[in-house]
This record gives sequence, structure tokens and C-alpha cells, in this order.
Amino acid sequence: MPVRDWFKARDDRRRYAPVNAAQGRSEAARGAWHKCDGCGRIMYGGERADNLCVCPQCEHHMAMSAGERIASLVDPGTFQEIDEGLTSRDPLQFTAGTPYAEKLAGARERTGLNEAILVGKATIGGAPAIVGAMDFRFIGASMGSAVGEKVARAFELATAERLPVVLAIASGGARMQEGMLSLMQMAKTSAAVARHDAAGLGYVAVLTHPTTGGVTASFATLADVTLAEPGARVGFTGPRIIEQTTSEKLPKDFQSAESMLAHGMIDEVVSRDAIAARVASLLRYLVPRDGGGSVA
Amino acid sequence: MKRYVMGFERPLAELESKLDSLKELEVSEEPDLAREIEELTVEVDELRGTLYSALSPWEKVQVSRHPDRPRTQDYVAALFTDVVELRGDRAFRDDPAVLTALATVAGRRVVVLGHRKGKTARENAERNFGMAHPEGLRKARRGMRLADKLGLPIVSFIDTPGASPGVGAEERGQAWAISECLATLSSVRVPVVAVGIGEGGSGGALAIGFGDRLIMLEHAYYSVITPESCASILVRETDRAGEMAASLALTAQDLVDLGLADEIVGEPRGGAHRDPEAAIGDVGRAVVSALDALSEREADALVEERYERLRSIGEFTGVG
Ligand SMILES: [Zn+2]
Repeated sequence: MPVRDWFKARDDRRRYAPVNAAQGRSEAARGAWHKCDGCGRIMYGGERADNLCVCPQCEHHMAMSAGERIASLVDPGTFQEIDEGLTSRDPLQFTAGTPYAEKLAGARERTGLNEAILVGKATIGGAPAIVGAMDFRFIGASMGSAVGEKVARAFELATAERLPVVLAIASGGARMQEGMLSLMQMAKTSAAVARHDAAGLGYVAVLTHPTTGGVTASFATLADVTLAEPGARVGFTGPRIIEQTTSEKLPKDFQSAESMLAHGMIDEVVSRDAIAARVASLLRYLVPRDGGGSVA
Repeated sequence: MKRYVMGFERPLAELESKLDSLKELEVSEEPDLAREIEELTVEVDELRGTLYSALSPWEKVQVSRHPDRPRTQDYVAALFTDVVELRGDRAFRDDPAVLTALATVAGRRVVVLGHRKGKTARENAERNFGMAHPEGLRKARRGMRLADKLGLPIVSFIDTPGASPGVGAEERGQAWAISECLATLSSVRVPVVAVGIGEGGSGGALAIGFGDRLIMLEHAYYSVITPESCASILVRETDRAGEMAASLALTAQDLVDLGLADEIVGEPRGGAHRDPEAAIGDVGRAVVSALDALSEREADALVEERYERLRSIGEFTGVG
């Protein structure tokens, strides 16, 4: 069946309530107060939201929910979520630590999301794209079957509709509780990116704090242009494991976005308020030879 | 005789040392000795069979790490002829933890990839226990691209605790080296046969460790994370690695049950390290028969099937 019908067939089976991409901007969220992890400054939710969760005093980039991230990236009112109901099962009946089923239920409850990534169609600076954002609150934005599936489908849909992909990424890595099924999502997502790439289509990755493990070692590092937020940790193996296993002394800015830039691994460190405009500029260049598709 | 004894083998080791001491006695001093030795030999063999037919996942992890277990270089030396090794990533250095070579097996020219663990402390220090640096994976990717260009099948031997952790590896882009291998290996227009011969640790294993067929040795493991690291992260107690090994579904049989591995090659009684020659021969037959089957496929169909194979992996609901 053609890819588009395949997506449509899956759409018909949606069971979960769609997630409002603007969630987190509700009045309740505006009233709550937050403490900056960087300098300790207290700010109310409204001030925090208006500043894109960046501390006005020290410019520390605090974590954003996937909904807040999407809202900060796309042209207002253009985001149409896809595959919102997708969520991982508990194929291994994994009970070590907090049982996985409980962890999943808790994460859904707490975030209002069904999985650790939000994906949809939108325009950025008027340019149509498939856009996604990961949410670190959802089991550390780890990649299990559903995250891998949503990423693979995002690239397949973009390939079918000749659109570029823009992903705002954060992740603790492959989701241990799904064992080898999670590890294989690295190959699955990379394969989908490779097809999109071979079709002559563009991909921009925005790496946010923290981007580590199996997500870094798969779709996150296969973009045409890779941006990162100031201070974001970007790496494969975590600093604690490196210290434990090698007794190496870690440089002060180890795995920081700035250090990865200096080592030639990313293209630019961009502060949050400038990311949407930067991505819009890039999308003007990342156009396939045939001009590409448009968002219906 | 000094043996490397794993915890679960202790009862076996006791019997074996008893057998050793009997063998040291002069037969003339003890008329019934020959018979006793014979009986004890049978007992040892039976106990070994019993132990190894019911290994727990954690015990299999230990067997997969046995220092005498045949390594990539043993398989290559025994099964392949006219081996020409490729060296270096053309950017930084040659990583001895990874093998990339042109080689011939059963009359077929192929590219061989593999993690190269050592057997001695010195070899392991040189080869970083088979843990690849980015330059090692980039060398492997050279092999993949050459295979693609020339139409040579790829045979890959998986045996690593993981990609090398460390400052240099991170600064040179360990994550990028892995993802580039994944993207390339998923799309090469040649047959890819991967074989789990020992440890299959995380992204460092996966970088060269999937394809059109995944063959697993009976006691090899393949896991999203080592049981020790999993225990350290999830329950903050490394001594619960055994429990994690059982939870992670990492054995050859688990992989078959999950639909990820195609075939299990049985190991000689007592593990591949007891009879490396037999184990290597059995792996060789499985590899050649996989290559035979895949060589009939058209390149387009092969790549499409590999993509579908990857695409079908995952357990999710609420679609979506
Ligand atoms: Zn601050």
C-alpha cells in the first residue's frame, strides 16, 4: 500500500486524546514558580514562558516541554500533530527498578503526552516541514519502540511528501526497559534518515540538553546541519560512566555544545530565542532539486 | 593444571581437580585407578553437559566473556583465505579494536568486519578489550562502502562490551561514528551477515552488528546495555547484574523469540572455549549457507527487505 494510505490506515486506529501543542502555556502553568538551575533566581511561570524558559539573569537554558518547544519553533497555528496516540508497550514485562508499566503510566499522567516525542507538520518561517520535539520529562526522553517508530514515520512521511525534517532533540539514550527492541530503534531510525537523505531532502537537528546515548548515536547525528543550544550536553557515553571506567579526568567543558563545536562535531551554538529564525534561514537553502513539497 | 573457573562452574572444577590428581598417580600403585578415572571422566562430562544446558542469562554473559573463547581473529584465520587487512580511517589513526579486511570464504570474495578482543592482558590493552574508538568504526565504514562499491557481501563478527568510553572518543565523535555506520549498513546494496560470537554490547556492537541475517552463537549475548551498567543506573547496585541480565532479554534464544535473530549455532558441550575448532567450523557453515541464500537476491530486493526487517521492529500500541 502507498505510504500515505498506510499512514491513513493507522490514523483510523487512534485511541488516545490528542496533545495540545500549546500545553504548558495554560494559566495554571503561568502561575507556578520556578527556580533557575543556573543561578537560583525565582521566576513565575508567565515570565518563564515569555522568556522561552531561559533565565533572564544568567541566560541558563532550562528544560522545555515538547509542546513549548514546538510552539517556540513553528509559525503560530500551523502545527498539525501526527501519530499522537503511539505509545510503547511493555514487551519484556520489565520490573527491575520501577516496573516499566508504572513508569510509562506515570510519565503519561505527568506530561499529558503519550510518548517522549511530539511530531507533526508545520511551517517555519513559511517553509513547510515535518517538525518534532522530544520531552525529557517522559522517562528521560529515552527511545523505545514508539519513539523509534514516530521518528521513522516522520522521515518516511517527509520522504513521501518531499519535505525537510526539523527535530529538537533531547534524550538520555535508548530505553533500557525494552531491551534489544530499543537498541534496534537506532538502526531503524538511521535507516529512515538515510532514505530521506538519499531522496535529496534536508534535515536540521537542534540538540538540546541533554542529548546522549543511543539517540545521539543514531538519528540525532545524521542531520545536514546540526545546531545546539548553549550549555547543552551532547555526547554518547555519560561523564559518570567515563569517570568510573577510565579514571580519566574530564575537561571542564566536556561534552558541552561549545566544546563539540570546537571539535568540529556541530555547526553552530544558537541561543533559544534565535533558533526559529536560524532554522527558517536553513530551510531556505535545504530545498531539494525539484523544489520539494508543501503542507496540505 | 590451572583453569579459568566461572562461579557456576565451581562444582565442575572440584571434580576436575580430583580427576587431575588421580591422573597424576601411578596406575601400578592402585589397581582400580583406571576404572575410577574412567568413571570420574564420565561424571565430569555429564555434569558439564547438565550445567551448560541450563545456563542462566548471567551465566551466559560470563561464558561469552571467557578469555579462551574464540575471537574474530580466530574465525578469520580458520575460515577465510587470502585475507588482506585494511588499516586506518584516513583521518586520525588505525584502531586495532576493529578488523576490516578483504577475504575469501568458500570461494566467495567478501568484506569482513569484526570487533577484535585480545586473549592476553597485553593484547587486550593494545586492542582496548575490543571497544572501538570512532576511528575504528570509521574504518569499518570504509569497508562497508568498499563492499557496496564492489558488490562484495559483508560478514561481520560481533564481540564487544561496547563502544570505547573516554574523553578522546567523545571529542572525536563516537556518536557520529556509530550513526554513520548505522545509516551506511542499512543501505549497502550487498548481502550482510552478522554473527554474534561473544559479547554484543550496545551501540558499539550495533554499529557493525545487524544486516540481512543475524546468527547467534548459543551462549553469546546482545544487549541494549551491559547488565552491570543497567544495574548501576536502574537500581544503583552493580551486584544485581545477574537479575538485570535476566530482565534485559539478551540471550540468543531471547533474540530469536523477539524476532531479531534468525539462527542459533549450538556450542560444543562446555562452551565454544572447550572446543574452538568445532565452534568455528559450525559458525563457518552457518555463514556460508546464509551467504549462499542471500547471493541469489537482487540488490534492490535485498535492500528493501533489510529496510522492512528493521522497520518491523518494535512493540507499540494506541496507534497512531
Ligand atoms: Zn539563572
